[in-house]
Amino acid sequence: MRSEDAVFRALADASRRKLLDRLHRRNGQTLGELGQGLGMTRQGVAKHLAILRRANLVSWRREGRERLHFINPVPINEIAERWINKFERPRLEALAELKRKLEENDGRQN
Amino acid sequence: MADKTEESRFVYVTFIRTTAERLWQALTDAEFTKQYWMGVRVNAEWKPGGAWQLVFPDGRIADTGEVLEIDPPRRLVVKWRNEFMPEMKAEGYSQCVMELEPLGETIRLTITHTMERADSKFIQAVTGGWPQILSNLKSLLETGTAMVLK
Repeated sequence: MRSEDAVFRALADASRRKLLDRLHRRNGQTLGELGQGLGMTRQGVAKHLAILRRANLVSWRREGRERLHFINPVPINEIAERWINKFERPRLEALAELKRKLEENDGRQN
Repeated sequence: MADKTEESRFVYVTFIRTTAERLWQALTDAEFTKQYWMGVRVNAEWKPGGAWQLVFPDGRIADTGEVLEIDPPRRLVVKWRNEFMPEMKAEGYSQCVMELEPLGETIRLTITHTMERADSKFIQAVTGGWPQILSNLKSLLETGTAMVLK
């Protein structure tokens, strides 16, 4: 199952989105590192990672005895391109940047 | 383990319904790359130690490097340095590994791009570029077949 359905199903879970957030922040982590402080069992993390891998949202490399996990945004980009015209992309990026900056400022003042 | 924080890397994977030979051609032929790689042409002497470069549509040199390993249509390793952004050029050479692996009716293409330093600006820049290049490549090979290849 490597279709869009698999991608949407994989993303429809807060724990899996959290794992992707962690990889986005720091790419190339082991299963143990990824699970730290998440309050999930090792088996739980492994199960979520397997679903993310099947959806091709996570790739991995073997490094000695370890398996390092990497975020793979290619399927998300394909979904985005289906509805986002390439000429709209710079404007959407500017909006996302504006939102990020404004919310950052809010956080500092409160 | 300890030195992996001293590098920046990403591993991108896409599955493309094509043959390994066609995908290999798409990655190594300038007439092909300009169609999906934002107009960029790849020029190289396709042998170990051969010079390698990416050229913008207006003729400026985008990146330069060297072919480190070549095993058509399976594996290509390129030493790769940015040439047009001084702060990225200053980071020196990155390494890009492209691996093609048949899987059912598709080819699994894995791009691993590594720079031996933490928080590389160059890796940050190509991190955003590669997914678009790979999506274009996929749609060119899967849907543009009749127009482009025959």
